Amino acid sequence: MNGRIKLIFSIIATITIILIIALVGILMDEDVLKADFKIKNIEPCLEYPFGTDWMGRDMLARTVKGLSISIVIGLVASIVSAVMAVIIGTLAGTMPKWVDSILGWLIDLVMGIPHLVLLILISFAVGRGIKGVMIGIAVTHWTSLARLVRSEVLQIRNEFYIKLSKKLGKSNIYILKNHILPHLLPQFIIGLVLLFPHAILHEAAVTFLGFGLPPEVPAIGIILSESMKYLSAGKWHLALFPGLSLVAIVLLFEHIGSNIKKVLDPYNAQN
Amino acid sequence: MVSKIIKKILRLISLELAVCITVFVLITLSPIDPVQSYVGAGVAVSPEQRENIAEYWGLNSSLEDRFLSWGKSILKGDFGTSLIYRRPVISVIYEKFASSIALMGTAWILSSLIGYSLGIIMGVNQDKPLDRIIKSICILLSSTPTFWVGLLVLIVFSVNLGWFPIGLSVPSGILSSEVRLIDKIYHMILPALTLSLTSFAAVALHTREKVITVLESDYVLFAKARGESQMEIIQGHLIRNTIIPTITMQFASFSELFGGSVLVEQVFSYPGLGQAAVQAGLRSDIPLLLGIAIFSALFVFLGNFIADLVYGLVDPKIKEI
Repeated sequence: MNGRIKLIFSIIATITIILIIALVGILMDEDVLKADFKIKNIEPCLEYPFGTDWMGRDMLARTVKGLSISIVIGLVASIVSAVMAVIIGTLAGTMPKWVDSILGWLIDLVMGIPHLVLLILISFAVGRGIKGVMIGIAVTHWTSLARLVRSEVLQIRNEFYIKLSKKLGKSNIYILKNHILPHLLPQFIIGLVLLFPHAILHEAAVTFLGFGLPPEVPAIGIILSESMKYLSAGKWHLALFPGLSLVAIVLLFEHIGSNIKKVLDPYNAQN
Repeated sequence: MVSKIIKKILRLISLELAVCITVFVLITLSPIDPVQSYVGAGVAVSPEQRENIAEYWGLNSSLEDRFLSWGKSILKGDFGTSLIYRRPVISVIYEKFASSIALMGTAWILSSLIGYSLGIIMGVNQDKPLDRIIKSICILLSSTPTFWVGLLVLIVFSVNLGWFPIGLSVPSGILSSEVRLIDKIYHMILPALTLSLTSFAAVALHTREKVITVLESDYVLFAKARGESQMEIIQGHLIRNTIIPTITMQFASFSELFGGSVLVEQVFSYPGLGQAAVQAGLRSDIPLLLGIAIFSALFVFLGNFIADLVYGLVDPKIKEI
């Protein structure tokens, strides 16, 4: 078994863990999330590893539910963002120079308003709620990947095989479809996976500030902002475990991203 | 060089203008009723009153007319009156920006110093245990939400150790004129610590890459062959060649800094611009929200502008062009 196969197994294992968490959260029986005042304010123990809150809700169940919501939102927002990045980056790299400068200016514009302020504005513009978070994250995260795709396209455009293909009379669409886009696939996959952590963290952040998901949904941002009221009463476990789980999910995605990078890098094939 | 700077300034102005248009359009798209948000939620308004208010604010005129009249007044420096604070927006922003700048500035300097030093240490000890440990910590910190770090810092230093107050940037029960500078600093320590904790990782990892590139270069190999000690190489070659990319990167990261400060201010109830932005958004204070968006974008653009300038001034290769 060589290093590449090990890496692929590690990627599959990590994806499986994430899928299991997402499925458990999505398929979770709503009864588990209900308040039960008989068991309120329990510190972490064997039966309730994350403890319970002031309404007697099981924090482990709420955290898993919250993580599954984050994963779904992150997935949708990253896919939209990555597709936007490839389209805009390819346009900037292949179209005449003035299109490139306009798109470069647009990227500067989106990057100019601080992410969180832009997310607040977009959430305000679409009337808050889950729609606001999804649109907000999707339209703010494509910029750096688009720049990367653009420089990649500019580089490929001057390769000999593209020039040869042109001389052989192939149309621009043919060259784009058969020569440029396949070359961008690895960038797209890595970019997509690495967008994920940003998307999840920003979703949690806007929700924490009160602009994202509605307060009755057990999102991680909601759980953490609720926990703030109980911190001075010594309820540290309400903030510690949900946050730690979020960090764990983010690290799992970083892990997948860096491993995919290694697998797709031909220089690593021999190790 | 001069024509390049003028070009950059023109680009900055065009971007700032586009920001104004974008935020204005975003606000007008909102389904949130401006009349209702002006009189306050839950207050009943009769159709006639509503018509009067809409007429008074010019809500019945077309989008272009509204934008033009808004644009004219902001060019004169009149950003309207904040609905929450009942004061001119510009004075609210001036006051809040001052306390945010104090917070962000402290965190920015701290994270630059820590990040740069750690980057050098990691790069020099590439792939040794020390490098691996610091690198893992940096990756961990960059995957950690800022507001959660803030909560942990609160739990440890305020709740358990009791060293710092839980919120507010000044002691309670004291007139604002009696607040001493030392109190302000005391209340700023935890937010600034949190903000620098979550932002030094990016600098450190960036510096590490640069250090490794420099150490692999021919001139460092030659310096080694000449018998220069590691200290001499670090002082004479490494710092000279890695400090500019770090400074540039720090100036170009004002957007993340501002975003982090919004979250940190919320956790520590620090009365800065970030907290005002959140309040403005939640309570539909449209004039204040517009003002903050425009000024925060200006802040980011100025950071990028300085980054370009530093790069152009210090790097002789770029200066020539």
